[in-house]
This record gives sequence, C-alpha cells and structure tokens, in this order.
Amino acid sequence: MEEYRLKMSNISKSFPGVKALDKVQLEVRPGSVHALIGENGAGKSTLMKCLFGLYHQEEGEIALDGKNVDITDPNTALKLGISMIHQELNPIPYRNVVDNIWVGRFVKKGVIVDEEKMKTMTEELLRDLEFDIPLETLAKNLSVSQLQAIEIAKAVSYDAKVIIMDEPTSSLTVAETKHLFKIINRLKSEGRSIIYISHKMEEIFEVADEITIMRDGQYVGKWAIGDITIDEVIRQMVGRDMEERFPPAEDTIQKEVLLKVEDFTSAEEHSFEHISFELHKGEILGIGGLVGAQRTELVEAIFGLRKISSGELTMSGAKIKNQTPQDAIKNKFALLTEERRATGIIPMLSVWDNTLVVAYRKLADNILGVIRKKKIGKKVNDVCKELDVRMAGTDTLIKNLSGGNQQKVLVGRWLLSDCDILILDEPTRGVDVGAKYEIYKIMRDLVRRGKAIIMVSSEMPELLGMSDKILIMCEGKLSGILDKTEANQVEVMKYATMFSNKAKEEVSE
Amino acid sequence: MKTIDIKKILIDKALVIVLLFMIIGIIIIEPSFLQWRVFTDIITQSAVKMICALGLMFPLLIGGTDLAGGRQVGLAAVLIASLSQMADYSNRFWPNLPELPIILPIFIALLAVALIGAVNGFMISKLKMAPFIATFGMSTIVYGINCLYFSKKPNNSQPIGGIREDLRFLSSYKLFGQISLLVVIAIVALVIVWFVLNKTVFGKNIYIVGGNAEAAKVSGVNVNKVIISVFIIESCLVGLAGIMEVARTGGANSSYGNAYEFDAISSCVVGGVSLSGGIGRVSGAAIGVIIFTFISYGLAFIGVNANWQLVIKGIIICSAVALDMRKNA
Repeated sequence: MEEYRLKMSNISKSFPGVKALDKVQLEVRPGSVHALIGENGAGKSTLMKCLFGLYHQEEGEIALDGKNVDITDPNTALKLGISMIHQELNPIPYRNVVDNIWVGRFVKKGVIVDEEKMKTMTEELLRDLEFDIPLETLAKNLSVSQLQAIEIAKAVSYDAKVIIMDEPTSSLTVAETKHLFKIINRLKSEGRSIIYISHKMEEIFEVADEITIMRDGQYVGKWAIGDITIDEVIRQMVGRDMEERFPPAEDTIQKEVLLKVEDFTSAEEHSFEHISFELHKGEILGIGGLVGAQRTELVEAIFGLRKISSGELTMSGAKIKNQTPQDAIKNKFALLTEERRATGIIPMLSVWDNTLVVAYRKLADNILGVIRKKKIGKKVNDVCKELDVRMAGTDTLIKNLSGGNQQKVLVGRWLLSDCDILILDEPTRGVDVGAKYEIYKIMRDLVRRGKAIIMVSSEMPELLGMSDKILIMCEGKLSGILDKTEANQVEVMKYATMFSNKAKEEVSE
Repeated sequence: MKTIDIKKILIDKALVIVLLFMIIGIIIIEPSFLQWRVFTDIITQSAVKMICALGLMFPLLIGGTDLAGGRQVGLAAVLIASLSQMADYSNRFWPNLPELPIILPIFIALLAVALIGAVNGFMISKLKMAPFIATFGMSTIVYGINCLYFSKKPNNSQPIGGIREDLRFLSSYKLFGQISLLVVIAIVALVIVWFVLNKTVFGKNIYIVGGNAEAAKVSGVNVNKVIISVFIIESCLVGLAGIMEVARTGGANSSYGNAYEFDAISSCVVGGVSLSGGIGRVSGAAIGVIIFTFISYGLAFIGVNANWQLVIKGIIICSAVALDMRKNA
C-alpha cells in the first residue's frame, strides 16, 4: 500500500489579480483524519475545490493511491472516490430527504427510478449513522442541523476513499458534533481518509491525526497532532504571535441607559416571550443560549424585521417603535445578520457599493439624490482604512474578499449610517482567528466611542471574553442576566438549559 | 391543527377554486353550457394547448422559460404544411414535390424545432444567458426564418392550404364519432410526460436542477446536459403542437402559434408550476389548461365581449403569479 492515499503537490491556481494557491502540497494517509487549517483566504477551500473538480489547478499534480489523476469536474471526483461535505449547505428545497441524498446517482429499475429501493437504502444509511430524520420531509422544512446531517450522510454514502469535510460542525450543537466525531472515527477505522477543515481548534485537536497549515495561499507545514500545540498552530496560521485571543476589556460603560427593552414577546408562536433588559452606552451585551433559544428572532424583532405582539422600546428616555427596519435605522440601530452571505453582502457589487447600501441616501443629501463620488469617496476610504479592510481597492467585488474582511465591510456599512446601537448576530461565524481578533478590536473601539453593542454569539469563549453583561435565553424565555464578573462556562450553560429537559440531556451527554 | 391545514389548502388552491366558481357562474347564467357537445368542443380545443403547456412546463421546471415557444409552433406548422400538400392542389408551395410519406414531413418539422431547442439550451447552459432574453432573441430569429421561407416564390406569403387527408385525419377522424385523435395524442403525451418527470432519473434531475443547480452540480449531475435536453424536448412538443394545428385547421401561415407560449405559461402557473423552478406537477399543468379553455369558451358562450375576455384573462394570470410568490415566500 502506498504511504499516502492522496498526494497533492505543487498546486497553483490564480484568479484575476490574486494568486490563490502557490505551489501548495497536501499529503493524506489512509485511515486518518487530516486537518487543513488556515485563515480565511488562505486557500483551503480553493485547494479543496481543485481536488473536487470545481476548479482546475494551473500547475501541480494530484495522485490517488500513487496514480496521477486529472479531476475535471465533480462527477470525476466522485467516481474516483472523493466526496465532499460542502461548507455552504445546498439543499434542494422542494425535494425530500431521499432525493437530496441520492441526487446524481438515482437507482434505476429499467428506465424507472426505483423509489422503494432508494427509500430502503436511505433508511439503512440513516439508521446506520444514527440520524433520525423522516424520509419524506421536504428539505425546506428541515432544520439547519438536519440538513447538515443529510450532507454528512450523503458524503458517507458515496463509499468514498477520501471525504472532504469543509466546516461540517458550523451549525451543529455540542452533542451533534460528538455524534459526527463518532462517525468520523468509524470511517477512519474502515481505512478511509478524511480531510477536515474547521476554525475550531478544540475540535481539531480532538479529532485530527495530522495537520497541514496554509497561509496566504502557501503551504506552511505539516505536523502530527501530538507534535504541535494550539498556540503554535495559531502562530503558524497568522504568521505572527497572538498573545491574546481577545483585546483587553476596558471600563467604557457609561451611566446613561441607551436602550430599554421591556416585555418583548413575539407575534409568532413558540418564539421569544417577555424579554426585558437594559443596554448602557458603551456596553457590550452578549446574548447566549443554545440553538433554538430564539436569540436571532429577538434581535431581529428589535430591529423591526419581525413582528411583536407586545413590548416597548425606550431609547435615551423616549419611547420609540421599530416596526420596520427603516424605523430602526432612523432610530440609529444597526444589524449585522447571522447569514452574511444570504442577507449581508451583495456579492456582485463592489466594496464601495456594499459599504454605502444604507448610507447612500443620507450621504447624497441633495434633493435629487445625486451621488457625488469625491465627497462620499473619502468617507468610504476612511472607514475602510479605519477598519483595516484588506483589499485591492474599493472597486473590488465584495465576493472576492475573505469572510473576515466582508464582515468588516458590513460593520463599515453601519458606521457610515451613524448608528448608536449595533446588533451583531454571530459576528465571527466563519471568520478566522486573526480576523476575529480584529473584529473584537473594532467592537472595543466602538464602545469606547460611546456606542452600544448587542452581540448574539454561540461561541462560549467569545461570549465570555467580549461581553460586559450576558443575557441568556432558553427556549424563548429570558433565563438570566450575568455580569461578566460572575459569568463562566458552567453558569452560562446552567441558564441556557434552565427550562428544557431536552437541552439538559444534550449538555450532559 | 386541522383549521390551519384548510387555510393552507385554500391558499394553495385559491385560484382553482375561484375559477371553478366562475365556471359554475357561467352554468347558472347559461344552463345550456352543460351539454356533451360543449364538453367535446372544449377538450378538442384544449388538445393543442395541452401539448404547448406540457412543453413549456419543462423550461419552467428548471427555472427558465421559452419565449420562442409560439414561434416554433408557427415554424413547425409552416414546414409541415408546405411539405404535405395534396399533389393535385392548385397552389402548391413546392410545385414539383411528390407526395412524401407523411412521416418524413413530420420528421423534418420536428428536427427543425429540435435544433432550435438545442441552440436555446446551448445559449442558456454554456453561454449562461438569461433564459428570458436568450429565448426572446430566438423568437425573433425563428419568426424571421419562418417569414423568409413563407415568402419564397411561388408562395409569396400566401396561406398554405390543401393539406393531405393522411394528416388531416388526426382532426377529422373521431373516436366513437366524438373525440378526435388530437385529444388522444394530448392524453398520450400527458402520460408520457408524467412518466418521464416522475419516474425517470432525467425527470428527477429536472426538478433538482430547478431547485438548486449548484447542489446538482456538486452531486455529479451534468447540469448543462439536463438544460439542453429540457429545451430540445420542449421544442419537440411545441413542434408537435404546430403539426396538430395544421391537422386541425387544414392549413398554415407564418403567424401561426403567435404568443402560444404565454397561454401555455399562464396555464402552468395557474396549475401551480412555479416560475422560480423546481416545483410543479403535470396534473397541475393539465388542470390549468382545461380551466383556461373552459373560462374562455364559457365567457364567449355567455356573450362576454372579447376585449373583456382579455382583461379577465390578464387578471387571472397576475393573480396566479401573485399566489405563486406567496406560496414560496
């Protein structure tokens, strides 16, 4: 047997103006989990897309079990025994679970699709992996973690030699992640190779055998997991020392209560109810809780995106109403949504346009709304510089920036709109360690300037490291508000599971 | 829970329900609407429209459209009419052409439109053009070609007549003395399309490409091939509609089929085929066609002014699209 199941050597790939991969290599042993790590924009996804045939490298070779292969499209990759769990969940909304799993390789009986057989196969597959999902459900009615489970089941069902997992746990709970690791270990014992991409260091050190680090489209090195520490990984990724994961806390909280939320209850059933809290100027309020705690729903309701059946907002002593996002923006609220790609960036527009989406009308302050580029341009440049957005220029398309830089542009969008209350929903999801730190620094800087931040976060270290106060929700109810001095992981989890037996089980697992 | 389900059904089927009420209204105003003869008339009139709707359903299912559909009906009609005239007809399109075996003109007409479908598919898949604009351009091209052919000497743009009996019998022969073969063809096509869409891998892939082309691609589906095939099949179906039109009317001219694609798309949408792709059932498209024919026949039957008929039809189409958006919100 070859030493390496998969050997990618000297892979180079350019996009207009960017050298995305520069002579990168990757060597994966059979029956092992190989973590591929790097900041966003380091080229991990590009490398995997070359492997899966979505891109074709300009230079370099890919060898499977010692034989050179030419992977021109996903179909070829699948036939060669390479399957992939994609970072972006890509369900076919109006098709059921069975169709979503077997798309591309339906079982036939003559010319007819053998529905019965596919159903049995799906049943077996899901039972085998211990996923409990009703087969006839349409994908549009599945939860994100169920969709993720289907992606996993699908990738496994290809019976592949190499399985690429691109951030498979981004929408999984702790218990579901454990479940995935069990599956990974089984696949490993069957001799399959897994390429595991994740930003979560704890996960990588739990599941991986070897680790390859990339930086700026280049290969940095390969280590056995026992030979390297988390700090060393981060240093190699970022290319500099990272003393701290969070900028130091400062005492920026002012006396003045900027926003008072009273008795907020959703107009929808099974959503949040009777939520009240206060937000001071210069304060970062974290909102914690498990998936399904209705945190996003709450902040979106505060921003006027969802209807409420009761509740009052008081801003600096005056009653306000946010019935639509337009109201909210007028009242100097800002919202960075959870789904950056779906509801944040406008991919085919430039950084310039993306920055100005909210502020265009305000900055073009003449009657006709004529845009004077020079006048506005300085503001755009200033804000991009201030936030340290890394790009070729403001006319770069935003889709070509890394996740962290996209997020900075979105923050800039709201800064130009002159907001006072910034609501950040999972501000660092899909953002790498280095850029995370920069976003944290920006947050600190904003509260120093007297703005207030509401941050929804599912990442415990972030919640504990950044919040002045943590509001914890459980199944739509407010279960507790902790000051940062009394908050720790155990306390937060206690409140997050307060009203729910199901959630408790999940934590105790 | 039950009340919620009823509400959902009402929204989903709102249009069908309203249209059924309209039909009941027509019957109340004019009870003689309820007679066998009216029924056979309506299904005969539906036959050609049914084939067009089945055809257009294919591009709609992948989230596309074909604005050249009607013009392809026209091209197929002129082609087959010009090639299947009686030998002793005075005004022949090709004066010296012998009577060809009827299968040959049919084949030529279908081949011509299939080529157009392939080009449509190529533009939309490989060249990544928006279906709306690509097929709009194609409709102009097809009409132009049709007119060039139609104005050829000695025909000089005169309506083509004298269609041979072995083509005309599709319309003139009545099963049980009542139902023409056109209806039979429509029913057979309906069954075949249902089978292809629901029972074959190709059919499933159509829904999948329409639902999420990116997901289909990474799952190893040859998306371009699906798109091109979809447009070829659609063209063949509308081509068949053109042939049936010639059989029905006994002639053809270059304006045949104009705007048929809009009727077809409207019927599909009324029947629940989503314009955003990925959703739609053959039964829905069929019901849409029949309801539309019922309404237009019925409105004429009770003497509603033709201009008002247009207004009513337009309202139906807009409501259908509005409901479609609501369903997928």
